[in-house]
Amino acid sequence: MNASPKKMAAIISGLQKHYVLKSETVRALRGVSFEVPEGDYVAIMGPSGSGKSTLLNLLGCLDRPTHGSFLLGDDDVATMTDDELSAIRASRIGFVFQSYNLIPQLSVVENIEVPLYYKGTLNSESRKRSIGLAAMVGLGDRLGHRPTQLSGGQQQRVAIARSLVNDPYFILADEATGNLDSVTTEEILALFQRLNDEGRTIIMVTHEDEVSVHAKRVIRLRDGEIQVDEPIKNRQVFTEEQIKEISKNASSESEE
Amino acid sequence: MLLFRTWKLGIRSLLLHPMRSALTVLGILIGVTSVIWLLAISEGISKEFQKQIEDLGAENIIIRSIQPPDESGGNFREIKAFGVSRADYNMINRTISTVQRVLPIRELPQKFAYTGNPNVKPINGRLVGCTPEYSEVTRLVISRGHFLTSQECESKSSVCVIAAQLASILFPSEDPINKQIFLPEKKEYFKIVGVLQPRNATAAIGGSLAAQDFSLDIYIPISTMRMRMGDQETKRTGGSFSIKSFELSQITVQVDTVDDVPKTAELVEATLRAKDPDRQDIAVVVPYELLEQAKTTRLMFMMFMCLIAAISLVVGGIGIMNIMLATVTERTREIGVRRALGAKRSDITQQFLVETITLSVVGGLTGILLGLLGPFVFEIARGGLESFAPNLYGLVPQVGRDMNPEIVPASIPVSFFISVVVGVMFGLYPAMRAAQMDPIEALRHE
Repeated sequence: MNASPKKMAAIISGLQKHYVLKSETVRALRGVSFEVPEGDYVAIMGPSGSGKSTLLNLLGCLDRPTHGSFLLGDDDVATMTDDELSAIRASRIGFVFQSYNLIPQLSVVENIEVPLYYKGTLNSESRKRSIGLAAMVGLGDRLGHRPTQLSGGQQQRVAIARSLVNDPYFILADEATGNLDSVTTEEILALFQRLNDEGRTIIMVTHEDEVSVHAKRVIRLRDGEIQVDEPIKNRQVFTEEQIKEISKNASSESEE
Repeated sequence: MLLFRTWKLGIRSLLLHPMRSALTVLGILIGVTSVIWLLAISEGISKEFQKQIEDLGAENIIIRSIQPPDESGGNFREIKAFGVSRADYNMINRTISTVQRVLPIRELPQKFAYTGNPNVKPINGRLVGCTPEYSEVTRLVISRGHFLTSQECESKSSVCVIAAQLASILFPSEDPINKQIFLPEKKEYFKIVGVLQPRNATAAIGGSLAAQDFSLDIYIPISTMRMRMGDQETKRTGGSFSIKSFELSQITVQVDTVDDVPKTAELVEATLRAKDPDRQDIAVVVPYELLEQAKTTRLMFMMFMCLIAAISLVVGGIGIMNIMLATVTERTREIGVRRALGAKRSDITQQFLVETITLSVVGGLTGILLGLLGPFVFEIARGGLESFAPNLYGLVPQVGRDMNPEIVPASIPVSFFISVVVGVMFGLYPAMRAAQMDPIEALRHE
């Protein structure tokens, strides 16, 4: 089906999404096609009204396209029922939101486990894995904390750990640094780079150029169509030392 | 495992707003408690009623004399005898075959005094003329001495048997046996031959609403009464005299078996009304029928109480629904996040349903605990009323003073079951509303 030698995390072809508002049909996406190979790091950009959010909802399996197909692994998401979409979200997609969206009544570890709870694979093995992920994002000593006891950067790192717990086909980050200051933004971007270096596929929706330059590839949308789909020319890459430095600072960050 | 986690999560979500959850629980708690209390009280009242009726004797038929209203209106009145007569008594005794025993009874309100104890003012009591069988039919228990004997009746002796309370008032520190009781209005003395044990009041009969009280009774042979006092009673009230004439106050007919009671009652009534079908001066009371009526009344009463309790449970349920709808709106974002992370609609429904069921189960269980305390609370309240507001307590009907709330065992599982049903019923709508939310909209919700 695809000639590319690399395995694909997602294949989007001819994706269209129409909304009916009153008597008017709004064509939010007018045929978008691209492929995301495993290990890619894509930034999706575009002004408001460009169909960015619509594409994000479709990529996140929160919505179904009007036309076109979205292959996630071997399955076409476009034809799935609501419950099947839920199951796909629980097992193949790792969400990272702008406002972290942790569940207030759960601790750090329990928040990380939520996708597994809905996937139905919660056990003592997965608890170890969740603890490991918390440690990986530098929160190994705050497992029992509630989200309200954490800073914004720490909450976002919990959210990233949560997005990884189900070993997803890709991480879908929606303005993941939008609520963070520049230092914390660097911290999160360094974490994303580290994950990408380890082979994770990342799709990042952003409107900030300083953020998108950390990706490998940028897709620019305009009026529901792809305007540009190209590799980032002057990609900003954190060096090994920088990553170490940043993560050291992050884990010694005082409690707020 | 998954289910356990759902419950744990539900409880934790509820504990995020402890005050709100507690108030919601209170609604169900009050509902369940009121089911148990109301049923216990109605059971207590109806048991007390039934006991009073049973004390009349289920195999008895009681014929009371009723003084007809004064129709002459003038100053000069013809003194006409009313009520059941000795002729009626003989007729019933001789003609009806299912009758085992017939008791003639004549009652007079009377003052009693003891000359050996001048400190005590004459007591207003009741003088009862009866026969020896009276003690068997009404199940009197003698504590000292003996009841009237047939010998004493035949010889028309001036002997009497007195009720326990009267004995304790007139003879606080003496043995009443062989002492003389003085009747100041009749200028008569009676020698005490027996003292009774305290006797419970029985149900109201013969047109009066008050329960019959036996605590100030004195029993003398009816033959003695007739010989000494005749059939006429003169009463002086405010300067004018009133005279009434009656032979008997009551005839108690004891029937062989309870099964024969309705048939015999009809016969008795027909016999008494043979001459004048519209006779107003007697009332035939059949305790057995009263008992049957009381059983029906009990059911009605219980249904009525259940209805009141059900209303309070529904109110509690609406409280739950109200809170859950608010919670769902407030937690729209959480619902969106959960949906994005893979929760199915059914997972969301389940989550919120678990919370409402938790609320209603907690309310149900605490309600049952509180409900079980009902009889103690009732006892304390009654005691408190008695000692702090005796006037108010005096207004409480006799039944209310005597009865003990009795918890109906079935009310516990039933009220618990209803509270759970209420939880599910009123939780379902908010939970489904939560599940029907569009995850994209929910995620965008601020």
